[in-house]
Amino acid sequence: MAYLELDHLSKAFGPFQAVADFSLDVARGEFVSLLGPSGCGKTTTLQMIAGFEEPTSGTIRLNGRDLSGVAARDRGLGIVFQTYALFPHMTVAENVGFGLDMRKVRGKERKRRIAAALELVHLSHLAGRHPRQLSGGQRQRVALARALVIEPELLLLDEPLSNLDAKLREEMQLELRRIQQEAGVTTLLVTHDQNEAMALSDRIAVMHAGTLVQEAAPFEAYERPTTAFASAFLGKSNAIHGRYEGPEFVTKDGVRLAAPAPAADGAGAAGDVMLALRPERILFVEEADAVVSGKVVERVFLGDQWLFKVATPVGELLVTRRNGGHAEPEPGATVHLAWAADHLRVLAPEAAA
Amino acid sequence: MNPFLLSAPALALFGVMLVVPLIMTFILSFHSFGFYTGIEFTFGLHNYIDVLTDDYFYEIFGRTFAIALAVTVICVIIGTPMAFFLQRMRAWTRSIMVLIVLGPLLVSVVVRTLGWMILLGNNGVINSALMDMGLLTSPFRMMYTSGGIVVALAHVMVPFMVLAVWAALQRQDPATIAAAESLGARRSTIFRRVVLPQAMPGILSGSLIVFSLSASSFATPSLIGGRRVKVVATTVYDEFLNTLNWPLGAAIAIILLVAVLVIMVTWNRVVERQFAGVFQ
Ligand SMILES: Nc1ncnc2c1ncn2[C@@H]1O[C@H](COP(=O)(O)OP(=O)(O)OP(=O)(O)O)[C@@H](O)[C@H]1O
Ligand SMILES: [Mg+2]
Repeated sequence: MAYLELDHLSKAFGPFQAVADFSLDVARGEFVSLLGPSGCGKTTTLQMIAGFEEPTSGTIRLNGRDLSGVAARDRGLGIVFQTYALFPHMTVAENVGFGLDMRKVRGKERKRRIAAALELVHLSHLAGRHPRQLSGGQRQRVALARALVIEPELLLLDEPLSNLDAKLREEMQLELRRIQQEAGVTTLLVTHDQNEAMALSDRIAVMHAGTLVQEAAPFEAYERPTTAFASAFLGKSNAIHGRYEGPEFVTKDGVRLAAPAPAADGAGAAGDVMLALRPERILFVEEADAVVSGKVVERVFLGDQWLFKVATPVGELLVTRRNGGHAEPEPGATVHLAWAADHLRVLAPEAAA
Repeated sequence: MNPFLLSAPALALFGVMLVVPLIMTFILSFHSFGFYTGIEFTFGLHNYIDVLTDDYFYEIFGRTFAIALAVTVICVIIGTPMAFFLQRMRAWTRSIMVLIVLGPLLVSVVVRTLGWMILLGNNGVINSALMDMGLLTSPFRMMYTSGGIVVALAHVMVPFMVLAVWAALQRQDPATIAAAESLGARRSTIFRRVVLPQAMPGILSGSLIVFSLSASSFATPSLIGGRRVKVVATTVYDEFLNTLNWPLGAAIAIILLVAVLVIMVTWNRVVERQFAGVFQ
């Protein structure tokens, strides 16, 4: 039996279905990310687990205990809010100690646990400061320490890194992973940042419009997205629309491509399908080896890599190339592209995608 | 444009309306007064010495600050929870409530105080009702007492407190309440340990406003206190208009001003030090 079980969870705000039939199992000690675009119901799901929103239907079980009807304050979960929600009138140590006070942990034991929690987030030297005197990253870590000091059964994080600048965010990602593993706490992270989800989690649950779209390990989710939405949301992806004619794939403009055989039961068995292709799997080759040729429409320099938009007979393709330190084709140049057929993923085209 | 130039009209108005009369009062307080000679343009501290060595004035100052303190405490006790409930209301009920809270300020001070006189008098509504019910045999005196002044002043001062605290509550992150709840705090603990301390800047500014307005208020104490219960402002008025001893009246007014300033600055310091985290 899973440690945390979300069982057919739904939440409606009036006529609006914010979360629909959402089921997810999380094992003890696991780090799972809820990943999805803004407004897809991530926070709502988290709030239902935390006890701040009542599910319209469905159940939440934690360690075998049904949480419905249990007040937020009795659930014993550690929550890190997007705004950190530190108590501005208390010092760092008092913030961390608040949960202990509520649990009537006093004296030496209280001191020891505050010190241990601050040690864990490397903030022992700032125990006497007020939150206003801290940087964003430091506040973030105080919020983590405050949530972890009560030894929660479950740690909930709602976009904890979204207020930080890019560099600090990367540092904090490593830091968060380390802290989670040291504390060994089961963690559910909500984010709309796919890099964050992939960097941190053991498993990613991709959400779209209130429903669970895919649930897999980061590498698996990236390599084998099961829907067009998941493929487009997790990293960049090219979509090539067409259909199978016998064993051959023909694009909607009539170009024949070598493609993996469609799964017998799933997408592509009949009708329109979509091939998904990662931009970094497309290579620049000699004309003789080309799968398709095209003209560079746009070129963007991203530092460690180049991003090309190439107009080809199969549609516009995004291509990324590692910056090897030499000149790359200019916009307007003709380039020849190739890829291995087994990098293509066969998916059902999505109406909304 | 230069910001100084932009604020020049306001500064000019401020100068003419406030600074000039204040300086003139200050100068006046050093002159002396004779029954037959009127104001003499001497220069000395005798008015201050007169006030500071006379028990009569100590009593009046003591009463004034006691009334102002009582009004402030009552306003904090009533106004803070009111602001808290206001904050948690839905938008449209809130706008109605704000109007009700502001009500006392929309009524002229004379009308409002006459209303209190009707209520508090020996033959007033409250006493008559209590006697008709048989709870009192003789009327309980409320008119011409400090208590009556406190009640009538608190009535008009509460809106200032509510608005000041409400502004502070709006600045606080509602997620801190959720955070406290998730850490296991009950409602009352959340109010006491999370909401209230964060509302301190509002309580502080509200109490500063209420205290200084109460200590210097004139109309309400003069109507409800009458000739019997004098406060500083009514004493100054009497010196100016009855005794015609303007220099003494000016000295009393200056002492009141300085005393109120000292109290406010001290109170400000104490609260800011106590709740260092929420100020800045
Ligand atoms: N109290 C509410 N009443 C009505 N609709 C709501 C309420 N709370 C959330 N919603 C709606 O539910 C949907 C999901 O909201 P939610 O906050 O869960 O999104 P999210 O995935 O966390 O998005 P973001 O990444 O922007 O935080 C949104 O469309 C939102 O407008
Ligand atoms: Mg959200």
